[in-house]
Amino acid sequence: MSRVYDLAVVGGGIHGGAVALFAARGGMDVTLLDRGALCREASGVNAGTLTMQMTRLALIPYALKAHAMWASARDWLGHDVGVTVCDGLSLAFTEHEAELLTARAGKRREAGAPIEIVSGARAQAVEPGLSDKVLLAGHCPVDGFANAYLTGLTFRRALLEASVALREDTPVLGVEREAGGFALRTLAATIRARRLVLAGGVWIEPMLAWLGVHVPVKTLINQLAVTERIRPVMRTVVGIASGLLSLKQYPHGTVVIGGGWQGIGDPERGGVELVPERLIGNVRLACHAIPALRGARLARAWAGLEAETADAMPAVGPVPGVADAFVCGSVHSGYTSGPYVARLLVERILGREPEMPLFPIERLLGQPRPGITAAA
Amino acid sequence: MSRQADLIVLGAGPAGANAAIAAAGAGLSVVLLDEQDAAGGQVWRAPWPGLVREARSSEARDGDRLRARLAASRVEALFGRRIWSVTRSFHVDAIGPGGNETFTAPRLVAALGAHERVVPFPGWTLPGIVGLTAATVLLKSHAVLPGQRVMVAGCGPLLAAVAAAIVKAGGTVAAVADLASPRDWPAATPLLATRPRLLAQGAGWVLKLAAGRVPVYFRHGVACAEGSGQVERVTLAPVDADGRPCGGVATVIKADALCVGHGLIPGAEITKLLRARHVYDRRRGGWVPELDAFGRTSLPGLFAIGDGAGIGGAASAELAGKLAGLVAAKDAGALPADAFARMAPPLRRKLGRLSVFSAAMARMMSLRAAQVAVIAADTVICRCEDVTRREIDAAFEAGAREVNQLKHFTRCGMGPCQGRMCGDVAAQLLAQRVGSREAVGHWTGRPPLRPVALDALIGDFDYGDIPIPEPAPL
Repeated sequence: MSRVYDLAVVGGGIHGGAVALFAARGGMDVTLLDRGALCREASGVNAGTLTMQMTRLALIPYALKAHAMWASARDWLGHDVGVTVCDGLSLAFTEHEAELLTARAGKRREAGAPIEIVSGARAQAVEPGLSDKVLLAGHCPVDGFANAYLTGLTFRRALLEASVALREDTPVLGVEREAGGFALRTLAATIRARRLVLAGGVWIEPMLAWLGVHVPVKTLINQLAVTERIRPVMRTVVGIASGLLSLKQYPHGTVVIGGGWQGIGDPERGGVELVPERLIGNVRLACHAIPALRGARLARAWAGLEAETADAMPAVGPVPGVADAFVCGSVHSGYTSGPYVARLLVERILGREPEMPLFPIERLLGQPRPGITAAA
Repeated sequence: MSRQADLIVLGAGPAGANAAIAAAGAGLSVVLLDEQDAAGGQVWRAPWPGLVREARSSEARDGDRLRARLAASRVEALFGRRIWSVTRSFHVDAIGPGGNETFTAPRLVAALGAHERVVPFPGWTLPGIVGLTAATVLLKSHAVLPGQRVMVAGCGPLLAAVAAAIVKAGGTVAAVADLASPRDWPAATPLLATRPRLLAQGAGWVLKLAAGRVPVYFRHGVACAEGSGQVERVTLAPVDADGRPCGGVATVIKADALCVGHGLIPGAEITKLLRARHVYDRRRGGWVPELDAFGRTSLPGLFAIGDGAGIGGAASAELAGKLAGLVAAKDAGALPADAFARMAPPLRRKLGRLSVFSAAMARMMSLRAAQVAVIAADTVICRCEDVTRREIDAAFEAGAREVNQLKHFTRCGMGPCQGRMCGDVAAQLLAQRVGSREAVGHWTGRPPLRPVALDALIGDFDYGDIPIPEPAPL
C-alpha cells in the first residue's frame, strides 16, 4: 500500500503554500503539488502591496491580521520576503475623488483600518515626494509592501524545513473520491491523501469541477511596471481614491507601478500582453502623484493574474457535499490576506474553531461568471 | 492616432532595410523604424554627421549604397525611434522626437540584429573594458580609439576587424588573443573562398596586423584583468579547443583598454515578446525563432530575419531581408504569385550558397560551454545587479530550475540591460546544473523592448484626460 498523506494541497501559491506550511506544523503529513514551480503565478508577480486602502471592506479585519503576519514574516516564515512596513496614502486630486475617498475611508475606518483623512499639505509632510496638487489624502499608518518575487524562494525553504513533500512541475490531471480520501492523478503516479485543499487561484474553477462542484471564477489581468533603480523619490505606499494606482519604491531603488489596469490574457496562457495605452495611463497617474518619477526610465512591464468570484469575496472553506475537501483562494488582494486566511482554514482542518469566520462557497454555487468589471 | 501601413519593419540594418525596400518595391506601404539616426545597423553603421574620413572601408561603402537605395525607395523610414512595445496584433509603440508614436500593420518584420556575448572573467567590469561591438561603434561612428594601448581578445571575425581598425586609425594594439587556433581559421578558408570579397577583407586584416607588428596569441583567453580604478594589465592564459584553460605559461600584457567579445547573441526580443515558437541552437548564437524558408515565424504575419533570427552575418541578412520583403508582399496580395516565383528562387540559391560560410563564421562565435564552466565563484555574472556565479549556483541549490525562477531568486537580469548582457551566460550556468538549455529556457519577453524614459512615454497631459477606469466595488 502506497503512502497516504493526511493532506494534499493542489496549487503552490501563497494560499496553498501557507496551508501546507501551517498544516505540517500542526502535525499533519502534507504533500503540495503544483504544475510548475512555487509562487510563479499571481503570488510571485503581483505588486506585493500590503495596504488597507484598496482592501474590500469585509476583508479588512483579515488584512489587518495578515499585515501583522507579513511584518513578522521572519519569525514564522524564516525570511522577511523583503517586507517594508510604512505609511500609506490614498490620494484625491479632484472634488469627485475627494468625495469617494472620504466615503470609502470612513467605511474602512469603521471596519477597523486606522485611516485618517488629511489635507494635501499634511500628506506632503508624510510623503515629501508627493505632488502639490493633492486635495485630500487617506493616511493609514498600517501599510507596506513585500518583494513578491521572493515569495517562492521563501516558501520553498520553509516548506522543506516543515517536511512537506513538495511536488513541483507535477500537474494534477484529476481527482477521484475514494474510500478514506482522495486519489490525485498525475503523469508519474497517483497521490493519495485523506484530505484535500484546492488552492488554485484563478484555476479554482476547473479544480472544483474535479469534484463535480461548479463555482465560476473570473480572471483579472493586472498590468504592472517597474523602473530602473533611482535615487529615493518616495517613502510611502501611494494610491488614489479609485484604487487604480499602487506605487512604492523598494529599498534597492526600483519603483513598482500598479493598480489593476487590465492587460490581455487568460488562465490558459497567463498574462499574454500589455495594452500600451493603459500602461501609459497608469504611468501618467503615477507621475502625477510623485512628480520626480518623470526622471526615471521604465525597465520592465508585465501582467499577472488575479481571481475574482461572483461577489468578489474569497472562496475559503469546505467544498459542499464532499467531506474532507476544502478550497482556499480567489481572494481580492489575496497576497495581502493570504497567510492569514490560510491559517484560519488550517485551524478548521485541524478541527479547531477558526479565530474569524471562513468564506464558505455555498453562496457561489451555480452563479453565472462575473461580467467584465469596471477595471477592465 | 496610429499610423497605418501594409508592413512594419523594425530595424534598419542589412536585413530590415532590404526587406522594407523589397516590399515597397512590390507595392506595399512600408514603415521602417530604427533607433539610430541612419540605416546600416551595426555592421554598416553610418559615421557621425560631419565626421570626414579619408579612406572609406568596403563596409562603409556597402552602408552608403544601402542608405542611397533606401532614400530612393518609397519606404517611409523613420529614425531616432525607440521601439518599446509590440503587440500580437502588430501595434507598435515607439518614442520619437515628438514623444510616443504608434503604428499598426497586418504584417511585421523583426530585424533587430544581435548583441554581444562577453563571458565574464575576474576584472571584466573594470573601466576601460568594452565589447568588440562597442569598439566598432567607437571606431566606425565616432573615429575614436578605445584607448592608447589596446588589448583585443575573444573570438570570431570581429576580433581581427577591431584590431585592424585600431591599427588603421593609428592606434596601438598591444596584442590580440584569439580563443581559436591558427588551424581553425584555415579550416574556414575554403569556405571563405566562396566569398572572395570577405576573403580579401580577411587577408587585409592579417596584413594590417602584421604591418603593425601586433603579437597574436592563438588559443589564448583572458584569465583576468587588473588595475586600480581602470584596466592596466590583462593576463592571458592558454586554452584548449573548447575554451577551457589548459595550464601553460600565462602572459601579462600592459594595456589601458581591453576590447573583448565572445560572439554574438541573436536579438530575438520581439519574437519572444510575441510568443512565437523558438528553438535553442548554440551554433546560431542561442534561442532563435522557428522559421520557414522565407522567414515566417509561427505567429501568422510575423517575420524574423537577419542576425536577430540566428547569427549569419550581413551578406545573408541582406538576402533574407529581400526574400522576406517579397514574401510579405506576396502574402498581402500585392505581388502576384508568378512574379514571386520568378524573383524568389535566385535569392534562395544565393542564400543557400552563403549558408556554409555563414554557419562557419557563426560557429567560431558560438558559446564555448567549457569557458563558462570555469568562471570563478566570485566573478560577477549580472553586472547590473551584482549577481555572482556563487549566487547563481546557490539559487540552483535553493530550487531554481528555470531562468525566470533564477531571476526571481537572485535579481539576475532585472537591471537596465534587461538581461541582455548576462542572460546567455546565466542560462548556461544553470543549464550545466539542470541538464540542458532547453530545460532552463529563456527570459520571458517583456516590454519595454529597451528602457524608456517615463517623461517621454507620458508626454504632456491633463489629469482629467487620463482614462482612469471606474473604481472596484467597496
